[in-house]
Amino acid sequence: MTSRDTMLAGIRAAVAKGAGPGDTTVVPRDYAHTGVLTDHAEVIELLVDRLLDYKAIVTRTDRAGLPAALDTALAPVRSLVVPAGLPADLHASLHGRDRVVVIDGAPDVLTAYQLDQLDAVVTGAQVAIALTGTIVLDAGPDQGRRALSLVPDRHLIILHARQVVETVPEGLARLTPTAPLTMISGPSATSDIELSRVEGVHGPRTLHVIIVAD
Amino acid sequence: MRIAVVATCLADSLFPEVVKATVGLLERLGHTVVFPQAQVCCGQMHVNTGYLKEALPVVRHHVDTFEAADFDVAVAPSGSCVGSIRHQQGMVARRGGDDALAERAEALASRTYELSELLVDVLGVTDVGAYFPHRVTYHPTCHSLRMLRVGDKPLQLLREVRGMDLVELPDADQCCGFGGTFALKNPDVSTAMLADKMSNVLSTKAEMCSAGDASCLMHIGGGLSRLKTGVRTVHLAQILASTTERAFV
Amino acid sequence: MSTFLGVPMRRSRDAESPIRGTETFPHAAKRAVNDTQLRRNLGRATATIRGKRQAVVDEMPDWEALRDSGSAIKAQVMADLPALLEQLEANVIARGGVVHWAVDAAEANRIVTQIVTATGADEVVKVKSMATQEIGLNEYLEEHGIAAVETDLAELIVQLGHDKPSHILVPAIHRGRAEVREIFLREMADAPEDLTDEPRMLAMAARTHLRRKFLSAKVAISGTNFAIADTGTLSVVESEGNGRMCLTLPETLITVMGIEKILPTFTDLEVFLQLLPRSSTGERMNPYTSLWTGVTPGDGPQEFHLILLDNGRTNALADEIGRAALHCIRCSACLNVCPVYERAGGHAYGSVYPGPIGAVLTPQLTGIHGHHDVNSTLPYASSLCGACFDACPVKIDIPSLLVELRGRAVDSDRGHGLPTGWDGAMKAAAWVMSDEKRFTNAQKGLAAGRLIARKGQITTLPFPLSAWTGSRNIPAPPTQTSRQWFAETHSATDAGKDRS
Repeated sequence: MTSRDTMLAGIRAAVAKGAGPGDTTVVPRDYAHTGVLTDHAEVIELLVDRLLDYKAIVTRTDRAGLPAALDTALAPVRSLVVPAGLPADLHASLHGRDRVVVIDGAPDVLTAYQLDQLDAVVTGAQVAIALTGTIVLDAGPDQGRRALSLVPDRHLIILHARQVVETVPEGLARLTPTAPLTMISGPSATSDIELSRVEGVHGPRTLHVIIVAD
Repeated sequence: MRIAVVATCLADSLFPEVVKATVGLLERLGHTVVFPQAQVCCGQMHVNTGYLKEALPVVRHHVDTFEAADFDVAVAPSGSCVGSIRHQQGMVARRGGDDALAERAEALASRTYELSELLVDVLGVTDVGAYFPHRVTYHPTCHSLRMLRVGDKPLQLLREVRGMDLVELPDADQCCGFGGTFALKNPDVSTAMLADKMSNVLSTKAEMCSAGDASCLMHIGGGLSRLKTGVRTVHLAQILASTTERAFV
Repeated sequence: MSTFLGVPMRRSRDAESPIRGTETFPHAAKRAVNDTQLRRNLGRATATIRGKRQAVVDEMPDWEALRDSGSAIKAQVMADLPALLEQLEANVIARGGVVHWAVDAAEANRIVTQIVTATGADEVVKVKSMATQEIGLNEYLEEHGIAAVETDLAELIVQLGHDKPSHILVPAIHRGRAEVREIFLREMADAPEDLTDEPRMLAMAARTHLRRKFLSAKVAISGTNFAIADTGTLSVVESEGNGRMCLTLPETLITVMGIEKILPTFTDLEVFLQLLPRSSTGERMNPYTSLWTGVTPGDGPQEFHLILLDNGRTNALADEIGRAALHCIRCSACLNVCPVYERAGGHAYGSVYPGPIGAVLTPQLTGIHGHHDVNSTLPYASSLCGACFDACPVKIDIPSLLVELRGRAVDSDRGHGLPTGWDGAMKAAAWVMSDEKRFTNAQKGLAAGRLIARKGQITTLPFPLSAWTGSRNIPAPPTQTSRQWFAETHSATDAGKDRS
C-alpha cells in the first residue's frame, strides 16, 4: 500500500467516525455579491481612495491623454521592461527622454539579474476591485510573466475604467482560475518589527496606477 | 409571578447577601419567590474542569430538584451558572447516555434566566425603584457577555438607579481572569489578568465594582482587598435591591 | 499542574517536537508573565492589531454572513475531504504538477529532501509556512546538508536569533527593535555597520540580504493558505513580497500543505479572501496574493511538487466535535484577542500553534497521553472567556472545544495509575454536590474559615488553595448560608416543597 492509499483510507475512516449532525450540505451565501454604488464613477473614486490609502501614486487620464501621462509617470525612470503584448501605440511614450526599453521575450527572455538592473516595469491588468484597492494581474499578453512585475523597483499599471468592479466576488468572477494570478493591494509592507509598518520590502517599492477613463 | 431562585453553590455558601438581595428585589417587585431547599449546584465547575462524568450526578440533582418545585420561571444571580444550565447540562446528560435527562434539563433551562435577563426580558422592567448613593463601575462578565449575550441589559438597569454615579469601566469586555478552576491551575496568568482589571477599576475612582456574577466578584474583590485599595465589590442584585429604606450591602 | 503527593509534575515524559514542548503551560507561563519586555511587546502588539481588525470588520455589513458561509464551507470540506483531495490531486497533475502524500512529519521531510537533493541544490528559500514548522523541516534539511533560508522578515529574525516563533502571524513579536538590530549585526554578514534600530532600516537590511538569495535561488519551499479542489489552484497570502519572489523566480517549487487547507471551488475564495486579511492583519486586503495552478510554461517554476500532509489531522477529523479545529485558516485573530496569550506569549504553549487555536489543535494532532503529557495542560490554558469564538472568522467554537478536550485529558487518565489530587478532589466534590444533606454538612465545615479570618478576610490558605491566596484574599465565610436564611425568614411553601 502506498502512502496515498494509507492516507485516503485513514481519512475516509476518520470522516465516517467523526460524522455528525453538524455536517452541513447547504452553504448559506448571504454576503454581498454585488456592490452598493450605482454610479461607476463612484466605484472609480472608491478605488482611488484605497490606492492613495496604500500610498500608491495615482494618475487619472483618458485615452487621448494616456501617452503623455505615461511619459510623465516615467520621468524618474532611466530603463524599463515591458511585456511583448503592451499596446504598440504606447511605445513612443515609453521611449521618450532616451529611456532604455527592453521588451521581454523579444528577442530574449530576461534573467532575474537583468530584471534587477532595470528601474521599472509597465503592465496592464485584468481587473481591479475598488472596495479593497486590489489590482489583479493574470499574466496576459499585456502583462507578461510574473517575474516582470516583481523584480524592478517601480511598477506602473495601466488600468482602464471598464476593468474596475466594486466587490471581491465581482472581481474573482472575471478571473481564469488556472492563470498565474497576482493580486496587488498596494506596495509590499511588513509590520514584523514592533508592529511598525514599513512599506516596500521585497516587491516593487513604488506602485503607480494610471487610470484611463473609457 | 412565582419565581424560583437558583442560589448557586458559591453564593449560598460564601455570598448569601447576593441571594438575599435577589429575593428582596423580586419580592419588592411583587413576586412570590420560592427557594427549593434541596438545590446544590448546576455542575459548571466539574464540566469546565473536564470532569464531565462526575458532573452527571450534580446535574441530575439540579434537574430533579427544580423539576419537583412549583414555579413559573427560575432566576440565578449568575451569568456563568445560567450559561452552564443553558449550554452544558444537556451535553453532560447526553454524554452520559441519558437523553431523557438531557430533555428535562433543556426544558428547565428554557425557563431559567440570569437576573438582568429576567428583569428586562421577562418582567419587562428597567427601573426597579432602586436607590444606591455610591460611585460604581460595572464589569460585564464573560459568560453574560458572550454566552448569554445579555448585551447592555445590566447597564439599562443600572442607569435607572437613583443616587448612583455610574462610571464606565475602561476595557470592560476584558476577562477578569477568574475562569473557575483556571484561577487555581494557572494562578500566574489569572493574577496578571486580575492586575489589569483592577487597574481599570481603580482608574474610575469608583467606590465599588459591580458585576452579575459572584465568582468574578470574589476574584476581583480578593485582589482589591489584598492590595488594600479601599475599593470593594457589590453584586448587581445588591444594587438593584437597595432602596432609600434599605441597603443590601 | 501538580499532584497532591507534593511532587510538581512540570516536565513531559513524551518526546519534544515542534508541537510538544518540555514544560507544562502553567510552569512556562509563570516565567513569561514576569518577562517585562515580552509583556510590553505583546500587550502593545495585540492591542494594536485588535483595534485595526475591529475597524475593518465594523466596515462590513455582511461580516456575519461571511462568517456563516466560511464556517459552513469548512464543515462541508471536512465531510467531503477524501473526494476533494482526489479532485485537487487530479487537477494539479493535469497542469503538470507532481503530488505526494505524507502520513507524518518524517515522511514529509524525507520527500522534500529527496526532491531538493535531486535538483542538486544545497540551499532553498522558504516562504513562511506553519506546516513546515510543524514538521521541523528546516532542522531536518540542515541535518541533510541543505540550508533553508527563511525569507519572511519575522521568520528571518527568529532563524537568525536561533529562536522559536511565538505567534502565528508575527512570529518575532517577542523581539523589540533593539534586539532585532543586535541579531542582524551578529548574524547577517552584509548588514551595514551603521545599522540603526529603526524598523525601516532593519527592513531594508533584510531586503538587501535576501535579494541576493531570491535572484539566485533554484528551489523554493512554501505552504499554502487555500488549495482549490475544482481547479487545482494553490494560493499564498502575504505582505512583504518574499512569497512572490519564492513562487516566481526559482526553477523548482515545493509546497507542503495540511490536508485540511482545501476549499471546494474557486468561487469559495470570494469568502475567504475577505475573511482572512481583515481578521489577520486588520487590512481590507493584504498587499500580495499569488495564485498558481501546476506549471505554466515560461512563467515561474517549471517543476512543481505538492505534498499533502496528515501528521495527526485524521485524529481531529475522526472526532465529531474536535474536527472543527481543522477549520482554522491561520488568521491568528484568536491569539490577538486572548487575554491568556497576551500575558503568557506563544512559547508557553510549547507548540508552533499557540494561543486559543493552538490549545485545541495541538493536543489533537499529538493526542493527550495522560496527565504527564505536557499537552494535557493546553486545554486548561484558558479562562473560557469566549473572546476567541467571537473573533474567529470561521466561527470555531473554541471554548466548547476546550471543555471537550479537558474531558479528554481527564478521560485519558481514567484507569491508568494513581488518581491525581485533582481527580480525588473533584470526585469528592461531585459526591458532596449531588446531595443536599452532604452539601449542607460540608457547609458547616466552612465555619473553620472564620477562625483564620482577620477583619473579615482570609489571607492565607494551605496548599492547594494557596494558589488562590498567593495573590488574592477570600472573604470569611458567613455565619449563615442563604438557604438557612431563607428557611428562617420564609414559610415552608416558599421552599418550593409543596405544589399547591
